[in-house]
Amino acid sequence: MSTVASLSEIPRHRQLGLTDHEYELILERLGREPNTVELAMLSLMWSEHCAYKHSRKLLRRLPTTGPHLLLGPGENAGAVDVGGGLALAFKVESHNHPSAVEPFQGAATGVGGILRDIFAVGARPIAVLDSLRFGEPEQSERSRYLLGRAVAGIGHYGNSIGVPTIGGEVYFEPSYEQNCLVNAMCLGIAPRERLIRSAAAGPGNLVVLLGALTGRDGIGGASVLASAELGEGDEAKRPSVQIGDPFAEKKLLECCLELLDRGLLVALQDLGAAGLTSSVSEMVSKGGVGVELNVSRVPVRDSAMEPFEIMVSESQERMLCVVEPPRLHEVLAICRRWETLATAIGEVTDSGHVRVLDDGEPVADLPVHVLVDDCPLYDLKPAPPSAPPRGPEGFETPRAGGRRSEADLLLALLGSPNICSRRPLFEQYDWIVQSRTVRRPEQTDAAVLALPDGSGIAVSIDGNGRRVYADPRLGAAEAVYECAANLACVGAEPLGVTNCLNFGNPEKPTVAWQLTEAVEGVVSACEALGIPVVGGNVSLYNEAPAGPIFPTPVIGIVGKLPDVARAGRLGFAREGDAIALVGPFSPSLAASELEKLWGRTPSGPLPDADGGLIRQVHATIRGGVRRQALRSAHDVAEGGVAVALAECCIAGGIGARVELPDALDSFGEAPGRGFIVSGPADALERWADSGPSGACTMIGKVCGDALQISSRLSLPVDELARAWGQGLDKFF
Amino acid sequence: MRFGVVRFPGSCDDVDAFQAARRVGDAVILWHAERDLRAADVVVIPGGFSYGDHLRAGAIARFAPVMGEVIEFAHEGGLVLGICNGFQVLCEAGLLPGALLPNVSLRFVCRQVDLEVVNNQTPFTGACDPAETLSIPVKHTTGRYYAPPEELAELSAGGQVVLRYAQGHNPNGSLEDIAGVCNEPRNVFGLMPHPEHAVDPLTGSAGGLRIFESLRAHVDGRVAV
Repeated sequence: MSTVASLSEIPRHRQLGLTDHEYELILERLGREPNTVELAMLSLMWSEHCAYKHSRKLLRRLPTTGPHLLLGPGENAGAVDVGGGLALAFKVESHNHPSAVEPFQGAATGVGGILRDIFAVGARPIAVLDSLRFGEPEQSERSRYLLGRAVAGIGHYGNSIGVPTIGGEVYFEPSYEQNCLVNAMCLGIAPRERLIRSAAAGPGNLVVLLGALTGRDGIGGASVLASAELGEGDEAKRPSVQIGDPFAEKKLLECCLELLDRGLLVALQDLGAAGLTSSVSEMVSKGGVGVELNVSRVPVRDSAMEPFEIMVSESQERMLCVVEPPRLHEVLAICRRWETLATAIGEVTDSGHVRVLDDGEPVADLPVHVLVDDCPLYDLKPAPPSAPPRGPEGFETPRAGGRRSEADLLLALLGSPNICSRRPLFEQYDWIVQSRTVRRPEQTDAAVLALPDGSGIAVSIDGNGRRVYADPRLGAAEAVYECAANLACVGAEPLGVTNCLNFGNPEKPTVAWQLTEAVEGVVSACEALGIPVVGGNVSLYNEAPAGPIFPTPVIGIVGKLPDVARAGRLGFAREGDAIALVGPFSPSLAASELEKLWGRTPSGPLPDADGGLIRQVHATIRGGVRRQALRSAHDVAEGGVAVALAECCIAGGIGARVELPDALDSFGEAPGRGFIVSGPADALERWADSGPSGACTMIGKVCGDALQISSRLSLPVDELARAWGQGLDKFF
Repeated sequence: MRFGVVRFPGSCDDVDAFQAARRVGDAVILWHAERDLRAADVVVIPGGFSYGDHLRAGAIARFAPVMGEVIEFAHEGGLVLGICNGFQVLCEAGLLPGALLPNVSLRFVCRQVDLEVVNNQTPFTGACDPAETLSIPVKHTTGRYYAPPEELAELSAGGQVVLRYAQGHNPNGSLEDIAGVCNEPRNVFGLMPHPEHAVDPLTGSAGGLRIFESLRAHVDGRVAV
């Protein structure tokens, strides 16, 4: 980067993303100037991406304890107890900026990275989900390109490594035009006793680097890409994007799991952002020890690589482990069997320093606490926007102006990119490998996987930038409620939450306010539902010259079903079944998909949410599915009751006739609070009596081959299915 | 009876095939680097991305040490089932006719499809009714079956086309909707769909179990004789 003439005037630390204040702090802590290698290491460890310097204080607000918790925040991934001696590890992470610059490799390595987080705690990855945001595909060729390539990249990695992609979500808004979002979530299972932590221990133990050769790819990714806004000339940053090799990772994965099965490792950690620097610093920091590394032992792709490049390279498919010296031989033998490179590159010390040698010559010597703990944490300076929030200009064009019938509106909504079938995406993903997938995409609101003892786990991932933009606190809480509602619909009890907070530049007061409010919303909803946050990721600086993205907290929740054979479905199942609308449900058109169709910038107020009541209703739905009083259950989300009913008809291939209360808007939204359920009339009545009073309204029955809603609309299911089924086809 | 499921670096559906086989018999994993079929009655080359599909799908796996044994076993009349990547490997090894080309869409496709049993007079389909329809998923990027016209005609005439995609279900542009073919002696069979992922209605469908049951019945019958 210093080859650009104008840059040579800028002090080195600023080129690397450190402020003058931060650099002064480094000088003070070290009592001297850092050398080139040290400055490179510090600039990454003190980047937003590694140090969470704008969000760490806020994150302390999240509830992190619960009865099922096994591993909480701070480890590579969180984990909960799912019974049968099994731990379920899970985490969501962003790879937004790399994907905006090079969508195929950006998305692919996003999947690769989250997989490594899961097997770093000793769990076998069993499922991937993804949460994607792009600009408007109809208007923007760039967004179609990003969509197509990101989806291909996710499929390429997940399919090739043999981990099913079982769910996810994608939404399109103009604010993501330049800065798309690619969040990937992974789940893994392990015998409880195989879970491993990342804390290095035992001075004298060896530090062994596993996996791929270290190359010049991804240098400065965490600071240059992930911790700055996108702007002009980002194509030039493509070399900062790593290249993924799922074949190498498949071997690395099997190798690591075998090493753990044989009890050969003291600690294990993946190499992600900031490469070796970050991994080794975190391991020794957690263990309260030190380390001495010899970079000349690191196998490299190019022998001319400088020590600083080796220390910060983000080459993929690498892991770091700590091994007792007598067991090294056995470790190396297993790695050979899996054709995975393994090299002892250093040893644990009791110095409290990260010391780096190059052919025996010291090239860096930094106290661990300076690397890991001394980065200043910043207080946000939040201020609500003075004017009502406005979306970025440019794309919001009314698509459904004038007076149109409810039938026309329903068809338009069903065919709109945010609501229509996701088939063109999920057909590019292997969702069946590993033989656990009990419900296929679009059969249910949450994905369901079988466990060996006949129980099951369910998982969903949700976020809604439109609604968070309109009201950050309530919108973020809604994301949690909606995600939990999806689990209720399959009969699963939520056990733990992971989140990825995708926001703009936190140094801007409005973004700081959005972030602060949204975290409070997540806190309130998690507390109301009694689910802990076990880990996650923060992605800031998601903005382009046109402005920040819609604030987009993405929520992933995992849950448990006692009997996987009784997992719920969303489609209406049988002619003659009664249909009920359930919930503390008073939807409105604020920030709804119908408003989007009209070209309106989302704004509040959003409907109130009573967390306690929502929790009760979710428990009631869950109970009904488990007892099979309900033959179908579906939460009312984007597009309101009309769209939810249409989805139940399409999935079931059968019609329905319902009467809605006059005051209920067909397209009003209040995510996480309303459900459409069906079942035998008498069973449904009895079940409704068990729930909170007044929560359940009988609205009609399953019948025929058309959806009829009061006198508002009547449409053949075929026509609904056609509109819904083909919405995304033209973009692929 | 015993199935031996080969594990190459990059195999993904090896455990699935192993579990499916265990529903009808015994099963063991065969390590790619060992020249040992461990007394298997049926060798299964599973799906996945052996050797990362580097160079060309199946091109490297075909040279794995274990494949020397598999080729010899096949030439002696041993039963060999190749699924997806396994089908590609068997074509590369010259044990099956034709080749698998990239899908017409040039994309990975994962989809449940209907298959018509064209020939139920093979060890792999003997338990199927004539013209039975099996519902089995496909998932691949390189599954378009191709053979030159004369060879295609011979395959059809000789009963070597074992499975075809039902009308409207061809996911990849395979010629003549071919989903699975066997060799002339009928002891080696390859197919792109994944029967090991269709052995339990809980996880989708059970059409693939027919393939494993057929093999079981065939081996049992052969032992009785």
